[in-house]
Amino acid sequence: MDYPLIWSFLIATAVMLYVLLDGSDLGIGILTAFAKSDEERNLMTATIEPVWDGNETWLILGGGGLFAAFPLAYAILMPAFYIPVLLMLAALIFRGVAFEFRHKAVRKTTRHFWNGAFSYGSLFAAFAQGLILGGFIQGVSVDGRSFAGGTFDWLTPFTLLVAVSVAGGYVLLGSSWLVLKTEGSLQKWSRAWARRSSLFVALAMAAISLATLSIDPRVTERWGVTMQAIDFGKFLPLAPIPLLAGLLLVALWRDLSILGDKAPDWRPMVLSAALFLTGYLGLGISLFPYLVPFELTIWETAARDNALQLMLVGASIMLPVILAYTIYVYSLFWGKVDPEESYHD
Amino acid sequence: MEFDALILSRLQFAFVVAFHIMFPAFTIGLAAFLAVAEGLWLFTKKEVFKRLYLHWVKIFALAFGIGVVSGVVMSYQFGTNWAVFSDKAGSVIGPLLGYEVLTAFFLEATFLGVMLFGWKRVGPTLHFVATCAVAIGTSISAFWILSANSWMQTPVGFDIDPETGNFFATDWWAVIFNPSFPSRYVHMMLAAFITTAAVVLAAGAYQVIRGRVTEPTRWQIRMASGTLLLLMPLQIWAGHWSGEVAHHYQPAKVAAMEGWWETSDVQGTILFAIPDAENERNIAEIMIPGTSPYLFNTDEPLQGLNAFPEDERPPVFPVFWSFRIMVGAGMIMLFMGGWGVALWAMKRIEKPGLFHWLAVPSGVLGFVAVITGWIVAEVGRQPYTVYGFLRTEDSISPVEPAAVATSLIVFMVVYAIIFTAGVIYMARIATRGFDDDPTDPPVREHRAPGSALASVTDKAEEA
Ligand code: HDD
Ligand code: HEM
Ligand code: HEM
Repeated sequence: MDYPLIWSFLIATAVMLYVLLDGSDLGIGILTAFAKSDEERNLMTATIEPVWDGNETWLILGGGGLFAAFPLAYAILMPAFYIPVLLMLAALIFRGVAFEFRHKAVRKTTRHFWNGAFSYGSLFAAFAQGLILGGFIQGVSVDGRSFAGGTFDWLTPFTLLVAVSVAGGYVLLGSSWLVLKTEGSLQKWSRAWARRSSLFVALAMAAISLATLSIDPRVTERWGVTMQAIDFGKFLPLAPIPLLAGLLLVALWRDLSILGDKAPDWRPMVLSAALFLTGYLGLGISLFPYLVPFELTIWETAARDNALQLMLVGASIMLPVILAYTIYVYSLFWGKVDPEESYHD
Repeated sequence: MEFDALILSRLQFAFVVAFHIMFPAFTIGLAAFLAVAEGLWLFTKKEVFKRLYLHWVKIFALAFGIGVVSGVVMSYQFGTNWAVFSDKAGSVIGPLLGYEVLTAFFLEATFLGVMLFGWKRVGPTLHFVATCAVAIGTSISAFWILSANSWMQTPVGFDIDPETGNFFATDWWAVIFNPSFPSRYVHMMLAAFITTAAVVLAAGAYQVIRGRVTEPTRWQIRMASGTLLLLMPLQIWAGHWSGEVAHHYQPAKVAAMEGWWETSDVQGTILFAIPDAENERNIAEIMIPGTSPYLFNTDEPLQGLNAFPEDERPPVFPVFWSFRIMVGAGMIMLFMGGWGVALWAMKRIEKPGLFHWLAVPSGVLGFVAVITGWIVAEVGRQPYTVYGFLRTEDSISPVEPAAVATSLIVFMVVYAIIFTAGVIYMARIATRGFDDDPTDPPVREHRAPGSALASVTDKAEEA
């Protein structure tokens, strides 16, 4: 069996789940900066309080899984993104403790501080994840078995573009989640934010796709698209992906601005998630089989087969169990968030 | 240049991990305490256990949150700062950490949501199941991480790839249950229970001093004193077991712990000394001679540090003194436990006295012992990360010293902020005591402990 291939799919799935689940949480965190009142802010956080910790665990599986399954990639990528990883960790620390601390602060100034820690922590975490993603797409320099570049290699206009886009994308996910979980004026407000961010995401996806094509000839080669010509033999089989993304965007836009509250509440969330999936798939197609773009492949960075094998046994037993109880807990907290449960009147 | 990044990375690792371990040490014990309290409530139907639960679960939520965020930092540290180590040892300890995520972290994190916010949505029995899931998750987590760390201390069941120089497992069973794992897992779990008991005792004693004695306060002091008295002797035994294992596999560590320089058939127990590594001797030594035949079960001569080349010796001073602080802290906690149980037997637990005044500062002793214990274990295995096979200086990432200095400062500032706030919020709840009313006000029962609503109530009570 091709264990490295299996593990690359598993880790990609873990990261994808992280992006969808905790991405929504981070998006809501960013949105709390614009909340109109303390009540609304508490209601917004109450929609994710019972689940955020489980959601963040997918990030640990992504990072820990990379260490376990592809130690060499982990050993090269982490030093390469030293500063963005540091930024992400510091931001996640503030956002994570603020979930509880916001409610414990007695004085007004400290409450402000933790509210700020929550929204800025979410914003910077999203931004830093975008920097890492951008830096990953543009590739890192490698010498032998270690990172050979400088501390700030990751800092380019391209990574900044990706960083802003990721933050905007998370806002789309977060506001769609709020449309699903809230009612009345807060829902209306969330729908407006979803509308704005969907427009932003449409632009960002187009910009990043074009920019990615100019990153490395191998990417251009794969899609058969250059600035001058299109090789239809290569492009056509892949064309459904951008096409699907376009359709999803149109459907999302229709739900958010034309149908408004006549569209089912769950649909924006599902459409945004699907939109993220198409983007992710496109990215995967561009970069496969590199795990340290464009230097080392998944097979060159993989751990020993017996390590991958041992973990696969655990993963095939545990992942279904984890998914089952995660779905159970989500369904336990299903339905509109109950103001009685989240704040004091 | 290399050297600077090395020192800074070591400082950062030591700081970040020492910060992290305080919270697991507390939450592993507290999760078990909460499971016991909720179980007793379901079983005996006594309201007092429910009140204990609702009180401590709020503190648990805070401590667990800090434990999680500082833990996420840990799982990225290996790559950012110890890249060569990650590359070389990844195929052996990676799967152990992978199993930790799969079997423990998801379990804890997911059921924490039910534990804190599900009170209203699931029945008492299912809620108890969620509490147990969290408690079991914490001990599974400790199982894997201690297995990984113990393999680094006593590596077995592996081989080295001649081409890349990377470790790979030849026998997973031997890797997971490596020689130092059983003793160290037992020692760490007991350490967590003891740490929590000391904190619970301190909070109860404080309430007595402030004259806020209610039924849960009494139970809190009884349960905590009893736990200390019961577990500390076991801990001394487990510590001794760890010491024996270390003596077998890491004699240089034990020589540093004991402060022995010369090799000899019979060694003494040093009560006080200032190890002087440069001149290979102790200054101002106070020793009970001839104790080793009672402590170490061996016929071979006991090696002193001089038996090892200088570049194979751990730093003596921190190991020597940390060991004494750990043991001393343990002895004091044993004493406090015995005293508390005696007062309980004499029905004098609720009269403020010297015991209560001493019990309050003793609340930190568990943390002191845990951190000094880890210093013994980790500094004592220097200069290796994988004992005998991979040196610390060869484990480091190719990052610039300035970057490491930046991250070290960032972590210090961030941790100082969240530590201060977290301790203040936890202490506020812990010291407040329980309401005099023997039953909870009815509204309160329906509220999710640890939820926004419960916290608003906290604030109202504060005012
Ligand atoms: C003795 C036990 C113990 C030890 C030695 C460590 N941890 Fe830990 N860790 C725990 C016991 C624990 C715990 C009890 O499972 C958590 C859950 C919440 C808490 O307070 O501690 C935790 C949380 C926690 C988390 C967040 C998990 C979550 O989301 O639930 C991560 C990623 C790590 N740890 C990683 C590490 C690493 C990489 C360590 C080693 C250097 C480490 N921990 C030492
Ligand atoms: C949570 C409890 C732990 C504590 C308090 C702790 C403490 C420490 C300390 C104080 C050092 C510094 C030693 C020195 O620089 O002289 C150190 C080093 C180290 N520890 Fe741990 N440790 C813990 C757990 C672990 C675990 C579970 C692992 C691995 C799975 C680990 C891996 C390392 C490594 C790689 C080093 C070498 C880097 C260095 O010297 O700083 N530690 N640890
Ligand atoms: C009172 C007698 C005690 C003895 C003889 C003792 C002995 C030891 C020894 C020999 C080690 C090093 C193990 C190694 O490096 O492999 C150790 C480590 C440690 N000790 Fe203790 N200890 C005692 C009390 C305590 C107490 C009261 C606590 C905490 C409440 C504690 C917490 C720890 C921890 C967390 C470690 C590091 C983890 C490990 O290596 O197991 N110890 N102890």
